[in-house]
Amino acid sequence: MDTQITLRVDGADRPLTVDTRTSLLDAMRERLGATSAKKGCDHGQCGACTVLLDGRRVNSCLVLAVTAQGQEVTTSDGLAVDGQPHALHEAFVDHDAYQCGYCTPGQITSAAGVVAEARAGWPSAVTEDLVGDQVDLTDDEIRERMSGNLCRCAAYANIVPAVAEYATEQGVRA
Amino acid sequence: MREFRYEKATDPAGAVATLTAAPEGAYLGGGTNLVDLMRLGVATPDVLVDVRQLTSTEVEDLPDGGLRIGAAVPNADLAAEPRVRERFPLLAQALLAGASGQLRNRATTGGNLLQRTRCTYFTDVTMPCNKRAPGSGCGAVAGYHRNLAVLGATNRGGDDGHTCIATHPSDMAVALRALDATVRVLGAEGERAVPIGELHRLPGEDPSRDTTLAHGELITAIDVPALPWATRSRYRKVRDRASYAFALVSVAAAMDLRGTGPDAVVADVRIALGGVAHVPWRATVAEDALRGGPATEEAFAAAVAAELAAADPLPENAFKLPMATNLVTRTLLQISGEARA
Repeated sequence: MDTQITLRVDGADRPLTVDTRTSLLDAMRERLGATSAKKGCDHGQCGACTVLLDGRRVNSCLVLAVTAQGQEVTTSDGLAVDGQPHALHEAFVDHDAYQCGYCTPGQITSAAGVVAEARAGWPSAVTEDLVGDQVDLTDDEIRERMSGNLCRCAAYANIVPAVAEYATEQGVRA
Repeated sequence: MREFRYEKATDPAGAVATLTAAPEGAYLGGGTNLVDLMRLGVATPDVLVDVRQLTSTEVEDLPDGGLRIGAAVPNADLAAEPRVRERFPLLAQALLAGASGQLRNRATTGGNLLQRTRCTYFTDVTMPCNKRAPGSGCGAVAGYHRNLAVLGATNRGGDDGHTCIATHPSDMAVALRALDATVRVLGAEGERAVPIGELHRLPGEDPSRDTTLAHGELITAIDVPALPWATRSRYRKVRDRASYAFALVSVAAAMDLRGTGPDAVVADVRIALGGVAHVPWRATVAEDALRGGPATEEAFAAAVAAELAAADPLPENAFKLPMATNLVTRTLLQISGEARA
C-alpha cells in the first residue's frame, strides 16, 4: 500500500513514495541511494544496519520507513562534518578496526550511541555500581555495549581499542 | 510480507476503536519483534495501528512508593531510570540483560510484555507449530528443544494439536512477575487492571494465545507496587554467550531477612524464573518453603528442588533443572550475604 513520506537522512529532506512494508534500511539503500547503513541479517541480530534515529542507535532494518517521518536519521556517512571524517572514523582507521568493512558503518554509529549513552550515565549489564551516575567505558563495558554489532571477520580486537580511544576523548573512559 | 494499511491514532481510545474494528490488525510498538515476524510470514496483519508514542513515555511515582511505567517508555530508558535502579535493581538488571543496545532503544515496555516466543519452530513457517498454525503439531518435542520449557508445558508427544513447549522470551517480564506488577489495559469496554500473573497464560488447550488480552486491548501502563526490601534484589541470567542472547534459565529474586548472622530467617522472598515456561514463572512453591525458615544454602537448594518437582523436561533440556537449582541458590546466597553484611 503506497504512502507518501519524507525522510530526513543525514541532514537532507528526501520525499518519496513507499510501500508501507518498506523498512527504513531498504528505503535508504534502494530508493534514496544512501548506502552507508548495510543489510546483514535483516532481522535485528547483526547490527550492520545501525543508524541514529533522533540521536539514538536503532536497527534500521526493523524500523518501518513510514514510522520514521519527522525524525532525524543519521548514518555513519552523516557523522562526517564538511567532508571531514568524524573522530570515530579516524579511530577506526588508526586502529585498523575493520577487515572487509561491511559491518563498519553500523559499528561506528553504534559506538557513537554507546558513548552518548555513557555520557548520559546509563548503566549496562556489566556495570557494578548500578546506581552510580558516572560510567567508565572499560573494555568489558565496550564489549557488552557493542554486543549488538557482529563482525564476521572478528575484528573485535581492534574495534574495542578504537571505541576506547573515542570514549577517552569524550571523557567517559578513565 | 502481507500488504497492510498503516494507521497512526491520535489518542489511545482511537487506537482501540481502530484495532477493534480490524480483526486481523495489530498494534505496532517498537516493532523489534513484530516487524521481524511479519517479514518471516509468521505475523500477517492487514492493518498496523502505530502506538509507539501514543501512551505515556513517563515513569511516575505512585503514592505508596511504587512506580507507574508508561507503556511507551523504551526499555533503555526504563533501565536507566534512577528510581528503577535504586528501588528495583532486579528490574533494571533484567532490562539490561535483554537484547542489544539498539533494540532496547526501540522496544517499548508494553511491547516487551507481548513479544512472542523465539522457539525456532514458531518462527519458521515451513515447520509444524501449534502456536503459529493450530493443529499442525509441535516439531520441537522430537526436535531442537534445548532452549524450551520444562515447566507448565502441554506435551502430549508433539503430534496432537495442543502440544507446546515454547518459552516466554522476556527478561523484563520475569522481574515484573517477581514484583507483582499490575498491567493497565484499555479496551473497547474501558480500562481494567490485570495482575501480571494473569496476563500471560500457559499453553493449555490453545497454545496460539500467549496472553489473556482480548483483541484490541491496549496496554497503557505497568504499575510496580512498592517493595522496600527490593533494594536487595537481583536478576541473573544464564545463556549460551555472554551478551545478547535469550535466557536458558534466568531468575529474578528479592529477599527480606529477619535477624543477622547464621541465625537469620527468611522473612519474605520473591522468586520468578525465566526461560523455563510459557510464562514468566513465579516460584511460589519455593517461596512458601523458604518463608520463615533459615537462610542457608541447603534451604535454598531444597526450596528450588520442591519447585522443580513438577518439571517435565525433555532429553535435550533436562540440564535446565540443575542449572535453575544452582542459579537460584547462588542468587539467594548473594542477596542474603549482602543483607547480612
